[in-house]
Amino acid sequence: MAMTDASGTVFTNQPSVQTSDDASGYYTPGAPLVDAKAPTGPIATRWTNRKFENRLVNPANRRKLTVIIVGTGLAGGSAAATLGEAGYNVKSFCYQDSPRRAHSIAAQGGINAAKNYKEDGDSTHRLFYDTVKGGDYRSRESNVYRLAEVSANIIDQCVAQGVPFAREYGGLLDNRSFGGVQVSRTFYARGQTGQQLLIGAYQALERQVAAGTVTTYTRHEMLDLVMVDGKARGIIARDMVTGAIETHTADVVVLASGGYGNVFYLSTNAMGCNVTAAWRAHRKGAYMANPCYTQIHPTCIPVSGEHQSKLTLMSESLRNDGRIWVPKNKEDCDKDPRDIPEEDRDYYLERIYPSFGNLVPRDIASRQAKNMCDEGRGVGPMVGDFRRGVYLDFADAIARLGKAGIEEKYDNLLDMYERITGENPYEVPMRIYPAVHYVMGGLWVDYDLQSNVPGLFVTGEANFSDHGANRLGASALMQGLADGYFVLPNTIREYLADGPFETVTEDHPEVVAAHEAVQARIERFLSINGERSADSYHKELGHLMWEYCGMERTAEGLRKAIDGIRELKRDFWSNLKVLGTADSLNQSLEKAGRVADFLELGELMCIDALNRRESCGGHFRGESQTEDGEALRIDEEFAYVAAWEFASAHENDPNEPQVSMGTPVLHKEDLLYTAIEMKQRSYK
Amino acid sequence: MKLTLNIWRQADAAATGEMRTYALDGVSEDMSFLEMLDVLNEQLNAKGEEPIAFDSDCREGICGTCGLMINGQAHGPEVTTTCQLHMRSFKDGDEITIEPWRADAFPVVKDLVVDRGAFDRIIQQGGFISANTGSAPEANSVPVPRDKAMRSFNMATCIGCGACVAACPNGSASLFMGAKITHLGELPQGQPERDSRVVNMVGQHDHEGFGGCTNIGECAAACPKEIPLDVISQLNKDLRTALKHGH
Ligand SMILES: Cc1cc2nc3c(=O)[nH]c(=O)nc-3n(C[C@H](O)[C@H](O)[C@H](O)COP(=O)(O)OP(=O)(O)OC[C@H]3O[C@@H](n4cnc5c(N)ncnc54)[C@H](O)[C@@H]3O)c2cc1C
Ligand code: SF4
Ligand code: FES
Repeated sequence: MAMTDASGTVFTNQPSVQTSDDASGYYTPGAPLVDAKAPTGPIATRWTNRKFENRLVNPANRRKLTVIIVGTGLAGGSAAATLGEAGYNVKSFCYQDSPRRAHSIAAQGGINAAKNYKEDGDSTHRLFYDTVKGGDYRSRESNVYRLAEVSANIIDQCVAQGVPFAREYGGLLDNRSFGGVQVSRTFYARGQTGQQLLIGAYQALERQVAAGTVTTYTRHEMLDLVMVDGKARGIIARDMVTGAIETHTADVVVLASGGYGNVFYLSTNAMGCNVTAAWRAHRKGAYMANPCYTQIHPTCIPVSGEHQSKLTLMSESLRNDGRIWVPKNKEDCDKDPRDIPEEDRDYYLERIYPSFGNLVPRDIASRQAKNMCDEGRGVGPMVGDFRRGVYLDFADAIARLGKAGIEEKYDNLLDMYERITGENPYEVPMRIYPAVHYVMGGLWVDYDLQSNVPGLFVTGEANFSDHGANRLGASALMQGLADGYFVLPNTIREYLADGPFETVTEDHPEVVAAHEAVQARIERFLSINGERSADSYHKELGHLMWEYCGMERTAEGLRKAIDGIRELKRDFWSNLKVLGTADSLNQSLEKAGRVADFLELGELMCIDALNRRESCGGHFRGESQTEDGEALRIDEEFAYVAAWEFASAHENDPNEPQVSMGTPVLHKEDLLYTAIEMKQRSYK
Repeated sequence: MKLTLNIWRQADAAATGEMRTYALDGVSEDMSFLEMLDVLNEQLNAKGEEPIAFDSDCREGICGTCGLMINGQAHGPEVTTTCQLHMRSFKDGDEITIEPWRADAFPVVKDLVVDRGAFDRIIQQGGFISANTGSAPEANSVPVPRDKAMRSFNMATCIGCGACVAACPNGSASLFMGAKITHLGELPQGQPERDSRVVNMVGQHDHEGFGGCTNIGECAAACPKEIPLDVISQLNKDLRTALKHGH
């Protein structure tokens, strides 16, 4: 039923009213979030209007304005380069030894853009529609429309920088269809798209270093946010080589610090990916939105043993040509797959979802793989009581395209598979299994990408903004670059137009306090002198999260996980062992800080998941399913963004300040649509 | 399997390092080389000896963070990165020597970790195409012949790991530079700055203390991304052309 607000805007849905309260006792209800600064008016004009409304900063003033950007991935690297070009004084931080190594480098499949080069009916509106629908109607429509709108500019920009996208024989850009959509709008550079895009942004960034507008701080880890008079005014960072704790002040702080998938220990993220930058900001007042929204990617190489340190993604683009199956009969599960005849194979995605087949969205493909293995029809080595793997078979595609055709499309991926498993995927079907891959949750931001903390902006995977409850393939790269090249530079100027702000000196009491707190925490890690490494706690946390807050969640399981995490946290702070010193490169110390933050985040994720008693997107709640076991979304109760405020310090147990988080405060932002109507997703 | 590991330990840049020997049991074939070191580190931590510092991040062969000299070979015996090397390339009873990259331009930071900042500084001097955000023309307005686009892409797959430098007896970064020169030089967008790019990058390279190329070819043999030696000829050719043009 349509609803009209005071300004005459007509909405296609009503604000939701939550009637269940599974997380009662674990949280404190807070005031609703009413102003996300999203513009009104026809959706296609909103971004143009906002760019015009936002004030400009006089070019002569720009170099007097300092912008700190934490992160040099697609989101941070592109922003640093662009703001440098505009003449701001940019300080860019990353924990790796070079900005070029940010985790964006590992993205394989591609980047979406509504160019409609294939004349297959694509448009800005269709990309917008697909992205909101793919996100299961849990994203803000104005943000997503803007993302679709600037997507085409991204491709232009990258090509101008020399990004070598795949091309057709005539020399024009090639596209492929990707991850659950029916148009070809994905631009790619073989299986290394993220690498090529990041090198483009990195080179633009280094060019600004030479031009003197950007200063890079590599091997620097942000350990706290500096707040002065309620505004973000800088960061405390540790020089990871010398151990020096440094204060960096600025007029504005941008976090582009990536996702926190490593809270699960095993994920497709890089070893160093962490939540520390975001979590420290959260502890200083920034809301964390939808933290439980994680994406489990269906096509990863299965776990091979306890020693496993990370999981490797096999690009989803492989689902375009590979067919997924398991044996029909349990007895066949340990046979050589080549000896299993066609009629004994269950191509279950093609069977259950005839119109989308192997190209159903990630959440569905992942959950069905889990279902098959839970039924006892998984393949590969036993992990616990089950075999955890399904086949991804290229035999048909090899027959159709030839081995050379497959090599040209995917060669580095198939090589990588062989290297890791010791099996040749051209001969034996690949084995795949879902793994944690991406987080849709992150710090809450308004339409201008500003958090609720004035002067703190958040971009890329670190924010929550554009993907709702499930991200479509090839849209994270799009979002990172949209934020960094085109959105942030146009929204941050509205904030900076009031600057330069009063200088903050290093002896300001709030700066001194932040600095001392960081130092004290490091000393604490080094002095516990217990028995266990940080890594061992991380592994245990990962088990809890994967078991209870992974692909399928139940209220009972989540409560168990929360208890388990609290217990683990208590042990961590009394039994941790970190060797070495504070004043040198110390990887165990770095790890300890990250694990401490993951432990707190893990608890919040479980509380968020517990509260959201619905299945939506990548988040499947056992208590909320249709008769045939598909996800059941409950719009009447949950069409909102859950933005969590850190429980204030006085609520913490004074005896165990690190262990108790108190009860986080839940602020809800209603999701109201004007340009789209909510529907239950159906891929059948 | 059971291994004997000789590993370089060095407290910091100023310290004099030494090789230390460790015995490690229970290594499985499916472990990656770095997971094998994780297991060793977990044992060292339990015994009270500081774990060995080494660099890695993506652990899938794409970020270029990892890099060890393994029995004298950069990234070890296979054509891949250290993180993608698996223990099935070794056998029970093997003795393995593990050292950091050795090159004047890559000082040791600690144990097996080196400083490759010189690579970033080379890129700063010209390893880019100047195209400010917002100034780009429509992407398909400049077609790029497919073979050129492919060659450009192949050279752009360099991950900046530094194995070429570590493998080179002269400590030259010519392969790294050649890859970048060719990536950008094959594209129409890369032409306007082609001359200045090569001159400035080579200038910075020499300034950083990398050695000259004497065509030994160890770099290309060690390169995990199989960047071919002919990019160095391209580098030299571009340099000659630029000098002819009066740069
Ligand atoms: C294996 C893999 C494949 C993928 N494939 C695709 C794909 O094909 N298409 C797609 O659209 N998306 C893909 N994604 C998702 C996408 O790559 C990421 O979401 C995106 O690149 C994130 O970019 P980012 O800039 O936000 O963060 P990142 O690239 O993760 O960068 C984070 C930056 O923050 C820095 N940082 C973090 N914490 C700190 C700290 N405390 N102090 C200082 N610096 C810090 C890091 O050093 C780094 O520079 C893939 C992801 C993975 C893991
Ligand atoms: S050329 Fe090869 S060896 Fe050298 S840095 Fe690049 S990828 Fe590494
Ligand atoms: S850790 Fe990234 S290439 Fe080895």
